[in-house]
Parts: sequence; structure tokens; C-alpha cells
Amino acid sequence: MDAIKAEALEKRFATTVALDKVSFTIDQGELFGFIGPDGGGKTTLFRILVSLLTPDAGRAQVLGFDVVRDYRALRLRVGYMAGRFSLYPDLSVEENLTFFASVFGTTVEREYAQIEPIYAQLEPFRNRHAGALSGGMKQKLALCCALVHRPDVLFLDEPTTGVDAVSRREFWDLLGVLKQGGLTTVVSTPYMDEATRCDRVALMHRGKLLGLDAPSGIIAAFDRPLLGVHAAQRYKALLALRTYEHAQSAYPFGDVLHYTDARTDLPAEAIGADIKRFLDASGFSDASVEPLTPTVEDSFIARTESDPGSRTPDPGRFQ
Amino acid sequence: MSDLAIQVKDLTRRFGDFIAVDRISFEVKEGEVFGFLGANGAGKTTAIRMLIGLLQPTGGSARVAGYDVATQAEQVKRSIGYMSQRFSLYEDLTPRENIRLYGGIYGLTREQIRTRTAQMLDRLGISSVADTAVRSLPLGWRQKLAFSVALVHQPRIVFLDEPTSGVDPITRRQFWELIYDAAANGTTVLVTTHYMDEAEYCDRISIMVAGRIAAMGAPMQLKRDSQVASIDELFVQLARPDGPTRPTRPSSPSGEGSR
Amino acid sequence: MTALGGLLRKEWFHIRRDRRTATVLIALPVVQVLLFGYAIRTDVDNVRLAVVDPAPDAQTISLRNRFAAADVFRTVAVVPRITDLDPLFESGAAQQAIVFYPGFSRDLGRGEPAKLLIITDATEPNTGSLLQSYAQAVVNQWVGGASRAGGAGGGVHIVPQVRMRFNPTRESKNLFVPGLMAFVLTIISSMMTAISLTREKETGTMEALLVSPLRPWQIIVGKVTPYLAIGFVSVVLVIVEALLVFHVPLRGSVPLLLVEGALYILVSLSLGILISARTSSQRVAMMFALLGTMLPNILLSGFIFPLESMPSALQAISYVVPGRWFVTIARGIMLKGIGFEYVWRETLFLAAMAAVLLAASVRSFNERLE
Repeated sequence: MDAIKAEALEKRFATTVALDKVSFTIDQGELFGFIGPDGGGKTTLFRILVSLLTPDAGRAQVLGFDVVRDYRALRLRVGYMAGRFSLYPDLSVEENLTFFASVFGTTVEREYAQIEPIYAQLEPFRNRHAGALSGGMKQKLALCCALVHRPDVLFLDEPTTGVDAVSRREFWDLLGVLKQGGLTTVVSTPYMDEATRCDRVALMHRGKLLGLDAPSGIIAAFDRPLLGVHAAQRYKALLALRTYEHAQSAYPFGDVLHYTDARTDLPAEAIGADIKRFLDASGFSDASVEPLTPTVEDSFIARTESDPGSRTPDPGRFQ
Repeated sequence: MSDLAIQVKDLTRRFGDFIAVDRISFEVKEGEVFGFLGANGAGKTTAIRMLIGLLQPTGGSARVAGYDVATQAEQVKRSIGYMSQRFSLYEDLTPRENIRLYGGIYGLTREQIRTRTAQMLDRLGISSVADTAVRSLPLGWRQKLAFSVALVHQPRIVFLDEPTSGVDPITRRQFWELIYDAAANGTTVLVTTHYMDEAEYCDRISIMVAGRIAAMGAPMQLKRDSQVASIDELFVQLARPDGPTRPTRPSSPSGEGSR
Repeated sequence: MTALGGLLRKEWFHIRRDRRTATVLIALPVVQVLLFGYAIRTDVDNVRLAVVDPAPDAQTISLRNRFAAADVFRTVAVVPRITDLDPLFESGAAQQAIVFYPGFSRDLGRGEPAKLLIITDATEPNTGSLLQSYAQAVVNQWVGGASRAGGAGGGVHIVPQVRMRFNPTRESKNLFVPGLMAFVLTIISSMMTAISLTREKETGTMEALLVSPLRPWQIIVGKVTPYLAIGFVSVVLVIVEALLVFHVPLRGSVPLLLVEGALYILVSLSLGILISARTSSQRVAMMFALLGTMLPNILLSGFIFPLESMPSALQAISYVVPGRWFVTIARGIMLKGIGFEYVWRETLFLAAMAAVLLAASVRSFNERLE
């Protein structure tokens, strides 16, 4: 049985379309990621799946329960971690956990095995008020509270937003461990690099699914060669590249510039040689060019660029 | 007249027994883009609050835009721009009205506000929605507008607190182009971020761990010195010197994960 | 631990740790009763005295000086004609006036009773008579002194006149204070539950509570119960205040009064929950709580304006104002000493209101976010 099945979900708020005919299935035991920036519809989707909102059109089932009709039964079986920190800041770590355990008719002791990997990291802060924890710790506590009643599906809405890079890594390590226990986990995140830690991902932008596949599949679908350019004067080189007659896109990625060409028939090496020549001629003699494997972020950018309805205005390119 | 926009010497802040910021020192030159990084709880936010005149230091000193943050906090506030992550613009006002509001707050004349408004709307490419309520604009546009508004009075220094949080990849990069523009015009930019790739866009960065500055310098240099391929790895090294906290395997009787 | 038990424990932590709110909950009613109570009492110091002296001479001036020397009085005006007093009373510039009848000194000298009119602006019957006594005392002292000096054989005949002014708080303090108690308790209680529930909505913890086995009635009971306990403490404090500070008698059964007080608190809490079940912002909830409790209680509970003198339409409306019932019960128990057999009807009304409000809250509690 599919753990989760969504068919043509639609949702509007006033004039904004939050979800635009979203359909997908998620298998049991999968670690599934919804990747995309804020405003993409991820939170709205999650709220519908845990029965906090009803869709305007379309249907969804979680563990066989219809999200609208069977919401009471559904709420017993899912674990949910809301977008912002939604635990009680004036209660301690332990008190928060005990409370959420009691609400589900169980105790922390009984479910300890389930939450042990995470709680081990929280243990030193047992008596600290949740509001006094650092961002990474808060998220771990929220994860614990969502898990303590042993749900069959876990929904985590942007659990790593606003959390530092190291805590994010640790969080995903924890999710990996949970997956080994057979838990179906659905996560949303704006950080594209976290996509690679999922079994499958769905790219979401402005309420639409732009792609759904394993990360490797998303990357494999990148339709043209990607080239990385190193140059000392990065910004100037970037501006120069954009003026190249065959340039499709040029974006900075850390200390490398990612370049794609409009000519889809040429191999990577030929394109590379071309732009190296161009950069030399433009005064960037130190520039080096090499083919790159695309990342999920590259794919996301390519897909949102080609979707005119979703493009944000670019200063200097319009009017 | 020094060309240092920010001078920090042994800056300290205690809250009772807890030392949030522990004698940090650094300098930022005019026109630099300085990345101020650190884990949550490392003291970044507290440090920035002191630099923008919102919090009194308990030790050390800092000069921002030539003014002492402890004794001349009001002058500091007038000379800087600030874009906070949580609140930037009034959602029920239009871009034009927001610009007018902040322009007024910073003492611009009507004529100046008019000119700046035209400039900013044009640069951002949002003239078509200049009179739509901000709340109906996508997040990316709002953040870019907020950045421009923080610069409405053309301050010498602007502080940005996680300005690109949650923003889509293309707009994120456009945002950084705005930052470069501002820096090219001589504005000093101090920015915090959780995107490690953005750290690479900065001229220099500092990484705070437990209230102290654990590393500082140009990204390229830091990577070379620590022999890492990315700032992300450097960050992990510094924040967790013993390696990331590895999760323990669950000791469930079902025998899962018993490797 | 059961789900409800867990909820109660959590709520207890919130209340205990939120020092400021707990202080407000308990201290505010006490402070308010004090403030209102004292504000209504007329100050018996610094009584603003006006003097009408058509023909000032040694005698009248001597008596006037005696008044001026008395700490209690403060002469604010001396006028020649009695008609000059009207504007002074109207504006509140004067609280009391002494009027020398023409021929005052002549009568004194002849050994006949000299007439002195004392006009008191009555804001409260008790204070009014107090002022009369003071004035009388001053005059008597003066007469005693004058007699020794051999001048006032016939004594001074004081004509007291109490000037009526429509003043809504003419009710005596005994009648007033129970109404005040009801007024203050209801505001606090309904505000607290309104804020508590909407705070969960605003901070986002409500989402976590909704996606759980918890049913609306459990969440509601979990919120009402701890505040009932706190409200009860307020009831006790306010009653003690009424007894000790304002000397309102308590002639009836104390346990009965406490039970009725608790019931009344329950009604107010339920109103607060109903309000917050329909709103999601703390500010809006607080506003509605204030409007829904303050206005009806000031106007229609019999606290300030007597219900008997109201048009029947308003009297009918007052049936649904909980304060009205509690004021009747409290006055009955405290002032008349009556027992349950006389207030069971009012008690029933209160209990019914609580039940209806709670049921309505459970029904209208939104199990989703929109």
C-alpha cells in the first residue's frame, strides 16, 4: 500500500494559488523530500496531509485514511512537526516530551527505544526550558515530541530552516537512522543540498511540482552540459559571461560560476573551450573551465527559469 | 580619517554568568562584504545587536561608522542600515509607501524620497507592482525590496541578518548581485547567513563558535589553510571539533540497525 | 497519565512560570476593588466649603474663621447671595455651604436662636451625614466659646439641608461592593482564558495539539480548570477585601458564597473560551472579552444603575448578563443573610449559562486551521 497518495490537490488563499493540481505517491519506508523555497506550497501541502486544512479540490490519503473524512483516525497515526517551533518554550525538554507522550496515551519510558538516538543528544539539557535551547536543539526536541507516540508516518515541515550547517547535518543523520527502523518520513526543506539525503524528492515552486524522482534521476534529467568556471575576479567574470552570445545562464555557486550554453548539440569540452577563449579575450586570463556534474539546485534553477510564470524579475534585464 | 567602517576590540557581552560574546576583535574596511557566520547560539546575534546599537557591551569596545556603540548608539543607528530577518516591511503598505515611510524616518526630504523611490523601483524591476500591497508580492521580491529600503538613506554600512533565508535559488543570487552593487558604490556590508555557499561570495568571513571568533579571513585563504574544499567543511570542523554528533543506533529488540 | 491529566499539568506549569500573569490574575481584582471602592467614597478631608454671608460682621467672620481653622474644611468661596451657590455646586467647586441668615448677629446678640443654613451636596448618604456632623461640631464649639465670652445666649439654630443631585452611586457602599466584585472578577476571568487559548494559536502550539488524539472538550476543560482554581483564589481575596476594608457585612453562609463565586467565575471563564474558540489573535480575543463583560456588567448587572428603574426591554436583556445574577446572590447572602433556598433560582441561571457557554465552545471549536 502506498503510505501517501495525493491526487490533483488544489488550494487557494484569497488570490494566491498555494497548490496547483499536485499529485504524487509516497511508498512506505521512504524518506521523501519536498524541496523548494518559501511560498512554494510545501507548508500548505503538509497541513492538508495531516488534516489541518482541507483542499479546495482533489483528494489525498495517508495510510489509507482520507485526509478530509477520516481525520480523527489519521491524527492518531501521524507524527507532525510544524514549520516554526511549536513547542512550549516555558516548559523544560522533559516536560514537553512527557506532555506529548501523555496526549497520545503513552509515556516516555514506554517509547524510549523509539526516540533514543535523538534523546541521547538532548539528555544533557533535560531540565532546560525549551525556549532557552539553541535552534538545532529545538528542532531535535520537536522531532522527539513528534516521534514519541510511534507514528507510522512522520511529517516534518522545514525542520532545518534557520538551523546552522552542522546541526542540519546531524538532523539528517538522525533521519537516516529513523528510516532504518522502517518509518516513512516526509520532509520539506528550502536547502537544495539536502535533497541528496532523500530516497526521492519533489521540487516545488509556486504551488507546482516541477519534478519528482530520485535525486540522481533529477540530476540525470539535466538536459545540457554544465560547466564550472573559476576566476579570480568572480563577479566581473560572471557579468562578462552573461554577455557571451551563446550563454544560456550563468550563476554563482560559491566560488565557482555555473554556466550553461544555449547550444544543446555541442559536447561539454567544445563549449568549455569556447568560453575559455572568450574569457581570455575579455581579460580573464586566469580563468579555468571544467565540466561539472549538476546538482539538484542547478536542476531547480533550470526548471524555474524555463517556467515563465514562475520567474522573478531580474534587475537590469527587464525594462 | 580611517577607512575602517567597523572596528571591534575585545567586545564582550555577559548575561549573568553566561558569556555570550567573549572578547571578539575584528575590523571591516569600507566597501567590504564581510560574512559573519556561526552556529545558532554561538553569539552572532548578540554581537550584531551590539554593533547596531541595540545592546550595550559589558566589556571591550566597538566603533561603527566612526561612532562608539556604547556611548553614541543613536548616531550609530542613524548612520547604518539594517535588514532583519523577521521584520522588514509593512505588509499592508505598498513598496512606494514603505520607501516613503522609511525615508521619512531617516530624515530624507520629499524630493530625495521621490528620487530614491524612482531609482530603487527601477533597479529592482518592480515598478509594475509599486502600488500593490507588499503582502501579495513573492518572498524574493520582498527581500530585495527590504534590502533596498535598508539603503534608502544611503548609509555607509548596512547590516543584513539572514537576508536570503527561504528565498528561491535564482532570487538568492540576484540578491547577492544587489549586495555587490552596493559594495561597489562604497557601502560596507556585514551579512549573516546559513547558506555556506554564500560565505564564498564575501570578501572576508569570520566564524564564531561559543562566543569567540574561531576563524577569520578571505574564504579562499581559510580553505587553503585548513585544507578543506568548502566553507561548509571548515564550519563543521570548527563547530564540532570532535566530529558531528553521530546518532546512536536504536537499541530496539527488533534487531534493527545492529551493526 | 491521561491526556487530560497531561493537559492540566502543562497548564499548571505555564501559570506557575508566568509570574507576571499570575500576579495580575490575583492582584488585579484586589487592586481594582480598592481603587473603585475608594474612588467612589467622598473624601472627608478637604471638604470644599462655600460661605454665603450677606452682611459680614464680627460674629459671622468669627464663625467663618472657626470653619477655616478646622482641618476638615477648606473655604473655597465667600459669596453674598444664596443664588451664587448654584454654579458652585453644579461645577463641583463646593461640596458644602454655610449660609448666614440675615440678622444672624442681631439674633445672637438678642439671645434668640440665630439661623444658619448648612447645605450638603450628597454624593453618598453616609458621607453626607458625616459632613453634617462635622459642621455641627464646629458650630457647637464656636457657640461654646461665644457663650463664655458672653455673646450667644440663644445658641445657634442649625437648619440642615441636604441637596439632592442625581448621582448614580447613591447606593450605599454595602450595595455597591458586591456589584464591584462581580464586575472585576468577570473581566479577569474571561480575559485570561481568551488570551490563553489564542496564545496557543498564535505561537503555533495549537497545531501540535490538533494533530493528536485530543478532542475539543479535553482541550477546553484543560484550559478552564486551572483558571477556575486561580479565579477562586481571587474570589476569596475580593471577599476578604470587602469585609476588612469596606466593612461590608457577611451575614449569610460563607461556603455558599464561595461556591456561588466559583460558579460565577466558571461562567466568565466559559465566555472567555467561547470568544477564543472563534478568534485566533490574542488582541482581538482580549477586546471581545472586555466588551462582552465590561459593558454589560456596568450597565445591566444592577451594579451601578438600579435595574428596577430601567425600561423593561433592558431588564429583559439583563437576564442574560451573568453579573446580574451574581450581584443578586452576593447581596442576598452578604447583606440579608439568606440561604440557598432563596437563591436557588439565580444559581440555576448561572449554572445553565455555564453549561450553555461551555457546550457552545466545544461545538464551535475549530478542529482545523481555517
